[in-house]
Amino acid sequence: MKEIKNDKLIIEKNLCKGCGICVAFCPKNVLEIKDKKVSIRDLDSCIQCGLCELRCPDYAIYLGGK
Amino acid sequence: MVSKLIDKYYRTDRLPHIWCTGCGNGIVLRSIVKAIDNLGLNKDDICVVSGIGCSSRASGYLDFNTVHTTHGRALAFATGIKFSNPNLHVIVITGDGDCAAIGGNHLIHAARRNIDITTVVFNNNIYGMTGGQYSPATPTGDKGTTAPYGNIDYNFDLCELAKAAGATYVSRSTIYAANMIIKQVEEGIKNKGFSFIETLTICPTYYGRKNSKGNAVDMVTHLKDSAVNISAYEKLSEEEKANRIPIGELYKRNRPEYTEKYESMMKLF
Ligand SMILES: Cc1ncc(C[n+]2csc(CCOP(=O)(O)OP(=O)(O)O)c2C)c(N)n1
Ligand code: SF4
Ligand code: SF4
Repeated sequence: MKEIKNDKLIIEKNLCKGCGICVAFCPKNVLEIKDKKVSIRDLDSCIQCGLCELRCPDYAIYLGGK
Repeated sequence: MVSKLIDKYYRTDRLPHIWCTGCGNGIVLRSIVKAIDNLGLNKDDICVVSGIGCSSRASGYLDFNTVHTTHGRALAFATGIKFSNPNLHVIVITGDGDCAAIGGNHLIHAARRNIDITTVVFNNNIYGMTGGQYSPATPTGDKGTTAPYGNIDYNFDLCELAKAAGATYVSRSTIYAANMIIKQVEEGIKNKGFSFIETLTICPTYYGRKNSKGNAVDMVTHLKDSAVNISAYEKLSEEEKANRIPIGELYKRNRPEYTEKYESMMKLF
């Protein structure tokens, strides 16, 4: 069963430096690096754990959109 | 656009920050701010003091009272600030070089006095800002520009140092375990005394490159694999302990705080 999603993943490409930390440690493989920046590969799999936001050194990805 | 948290506590016009791709400093800094947010503290009641180094640039990104001081002297400035206004929550941000090399003496005496300052060390095992010289936290044998064949010094265990000098709250975490940094900073701020919080972070540009540690993801993975919670660490054999780093709350004790002792002394006059 899918959880009810209320916080959408937001990406701010201008801040992303493409380190890949969020991609590597996302437990659901939601993210990927495209053209040296983070990109959403599969939003439907996102469980909104917030680990990408927790470990992004550049504040380029976060939960908070509607 | 940035998250509500970053928008509330950062000088967002200064972003993007100067730190390199994959540098862990931004993770530690967000964790500090998250801890402050969790505690519900008023921004004006906080003063963040830093020394000199990549990590010490952190204070410039924060929308609190902030002071970017001189190399190694953040704790000396912070002591003066705490004395002049003991109601402030004083937080020191410092690098391993800033804190344990040039600033080592300030560290031991701030800890010895048990002054109510929360010190967060961004330990990246190297002098980042000046191009990769080895620091007192560079593991024996590891390389730096000043140790091209490997460092022959023994590295400090910064937490043991702070504990022995008199700190009343001592903890360690890593940028992989950033939730632990948040919790520890909360506890450190709540502790009425000298709190020493070591965060193990990464410098892919200098420490990583000089020591063939791979990219940022490899380095974070290494921190994930080598850090062990203190309760599990204590159960390991000496052999198993060799390649592991204990994290968690390592030490707590009760001792009267310095500015309070000073205030009660002043009443005798
Ligand atoms: C009195 C003085 N001596 C030396 C320097 C040069 N210096 C600037 S930053 C630094 C070391 C920085 O290393 P660390 O504190 O570990 O911080 P990092 O850059 O790794 O975050 C040194 C030696 C200085 N600015 N002032
Ligand atoms: S962690 Fe941040 S900076 Fe690194 S790739 Fe992900 S969004 Fe970009
Ligand atoms: S030199 Fe190292 S510590 Fe400094 S910003 Fe770059 S990665 Fe971070």
